[in-house]
Amino acid sequence: MKSHVLSQLRSLEAEAIHIMREVVAEMQRPVLMFSGGKDSIVMLHLAAKAFAPARIPFPILHVDTGLNFQTVLDCRDRWSERLGVQLVVASVPEAIDRGLVREEPNGSRNRIQTPVLLEALEKHGFDAAFGGGRRDEEKARAKERVFSFRDDFGQWDPKNQRPEIWNLYNGRVHMGESIRVFPLSNWTELDIWSYIEAEEIDLPDLYLAREREVVSRNGMLYEVNEFTPLKDGETAEVRRTRYRTVGDANLTACVESEATTLRQIVEEVAAVRLTERGATRGDDKVSEAAMEDRKKEGYF
Amino acid sequence: MTTATDPAEGAVAQPGVYEAGSTDLLRFATAGSVDDGKSTLIGRLLFDSKTIFEDQLESVEQVSKDRGNDYTDLALLTDGLRSEREQGITIDVAYRYFATPRRKFIIADTPGHIQYTRNMVTGASTADVALILVDARKGVVEQSRRHTFLATLLGVPHVVVCVNKMDLVDYSEEVFENIRSEFTEFAARLRVPDMTFIPVSALKGDNVVDRSENMTWYEGTTLLSHLERLHVASDRNLMDVRFPVQYVIRPQQNDTRDYRGYAGTVASGVMKSGDRVLALPSGLESTIESIDTADGPVDEAYPPMSVTVRLTDEIDISRGDMICRPNNSPTVTQDVDAQICWMDEAASLTPGKKYAIKHTTRWARAMVKSINYRVDVNTLHRDEDAGEIKLNEIARVMLRVTQPLFIDKYQTNRQTGSFILVDESTNKTVAAGMVGGLPHSF
Repeated sequence: MKSHVLSQLRSLEAEAIHIMREVVAEMQRPVLMFSGGKDSIVMLHLAAKAFAPARIPFPILHVDTGLNFQTVLDCRDRWSERLGVQLVVASVPEAIDRGLVREEPNGSRNRIQTPVLLEALEKHGFDAAFGGGRRDEEKARAKERVFSFRDDFGQWDPKNQRPEIWNLYNGRVHMGESIRVFPLSNWTELDIWSYIEAEEIDLPDLYLAREREVVSRNGMLYEVNEFTPLKDGETAEVRRTRYRTVGDANLTACVESEATTLRQIVEEVAAVRLTERGATRGDDKVSEAAMEDRKKEGYF
Repeated sequence: MTTATDPAEGAVAQPGVYEAGSTDLLRFATAGSVDDGKSTLIGRLLFDSKTIFEDQLESVEQVSKDRGNDYTDLALLTDGLRSEREQGITIDVAYRYFATPRRKFIIADTPGHIQYTRNMVTGASTADVALILVDARKGVVEQSRRHTFLATLLGVPHVVVCVNKMDLVDYSEEVFENIRSEFTEFAARLRVPDMTFIPVSALKGDNVVDRSENMTWYEGTTLLSHLERLHVASDRNLMDVRFPVQYVIRPQQNDTRDYRGYAGTVASGVMKSGDRVLALPSGLESTIESIDTADGPVDEAYPPMSVTVRLTDEIDISRGDMICRPNNSPTVTQDVDAQICWMDEAASLTPGKKYAIKHTTRWARAMVKSINYRVDVNTLHRDEDAGEIKLNEIARVMLRVTQPLFIDKYQTNRQTGSFILVDESTNKTVAAGMVGGLPHSF
């Protein structure tokens, strides 16, 4: 007799597709928040699967910090063209010029992209925004709902979230309120990579190891480029590295790696002993509760 | 297709396989109250299964040292938000993940304070297994009953009772056996389908991942080994075909203009192309022409697959409709007899009140016709004079719904037997509902 057991990757895929269809069926104007990183690309891939053979019935929104790796922008454009999906870009540099936000002294645009995102959501009337957040990333996310309610300031209140029972999601909102939806909530980093490998998903080549000219700062390796030039007294060295996460080019570190294929990345991630954010994101190290604070302000 | 590495070497999931033999998914909910060592147990599972990352462990070791602890407090691994730490409470269900070469696990970690019932209902709603902790020194307490009752109410097919803190009772077999027989006695009334007892010390690691050397009298498996081997495939309802239509796919594109597919997640049963089907509420019959996915058509679909079904006839079907078999259909009714768990602190449920109701993919409005009784979750006593139902209370109610729902009893179908109630003014989810009576004989 045939066994009717779905593998865990296919179960996660089915759950994500269910969530996306639910949003499109119930919400007025959904949008997919696209960062160019692997999680948002997996999400876009799942969206294409959820509505096939029709096109994805919502646009994608990219908050462009102006600090993107070119290869990430190229990948974004390849995806939007191939899927025939509308791309909305909200520009942080343009928001700085308009005075909506001010550059932070440390050069991080992580915090100031939040008002830009919220403005774009409001301007286009998006009442549901898909995000690629995963609960395994960070402890503020472990308690995040799949449908995460945001008030009319786009803020997350951990004490005022709706109970989520079975797979009966409640996306009802009043005018001005919205929900963030996280179809990848139950995926881990290893699931993401296993899935990327199984589905042969097109990613920016940053994720693959090659020789890069890098400089070591606070134990993290930064590639020497126009975003992170050498400072006085620093010396660059050539090491074989890859990126585990893709954030702003001036803040995202790379890690030493020999993984030049997806299979090797899966094996590396299965064996690795540091969380991906702990290893590569300068912006999360600021304080233990950094993510919790950013989420409350309306971050992804 | 790529093959997984040798399971003995690394926890690499085998991707892209529908068939058994690949890694599957097990969801379990932990039920615990303050100080029973639940956080330590989860920390121990994560730590001994090598899921904890170095930077997380370093941070926990540092905090333990700062607090002057003698040992690394693994409970800190599951510590939540800053606002919770400041108030010394846990706000609600936290989800944690770990994997072994055999399985991936999703833990719904539910805290044990006053909001307990709401949280446990949430965590248990999707769980294959409920893990209940008992403090070996205290034995079966009121909370043990409550946890077991809620697990069975929510239709969780397997219960694992961890008798924890065995190190504090000298790893005594007698203590363990006494707790087991007492627990078994009261659980008999609850009709728990499958119940297992494991003596553990989460703090010292006995029988969590590694076998205890202190309890040679125990012949069963460790907790992790039990969770890895538990057979859950047969828990799913593969008999009754229920396919709630979620979304109609009709591409407005030149190359696929004639396509009309009904997208949804299989709630139960096995669907095959060529099967004769019945659509509700229209009552019209047709035949499955094809079961589509983005990767091409599949021979059959079963839960929890998300697929798109095409029929041979053009019949009018939209979101909220149900596809089933002509000789096996759910009850079509506007009168719903159900257990509900009330989840709203701001308002209570009273007869005459109206709510929005979501059942599978269908929204309607529901009026509370009557409260039949309220169940005391600690004593299981039924109060037939209850005039209102408040936060964390469980009751049997009668609802009248504005349009027919296609329901089954919750105890036979967790998908088509469940619903939520939503307050129409605040939009908050205020109740979880389960169609039919209690599964218990008392």
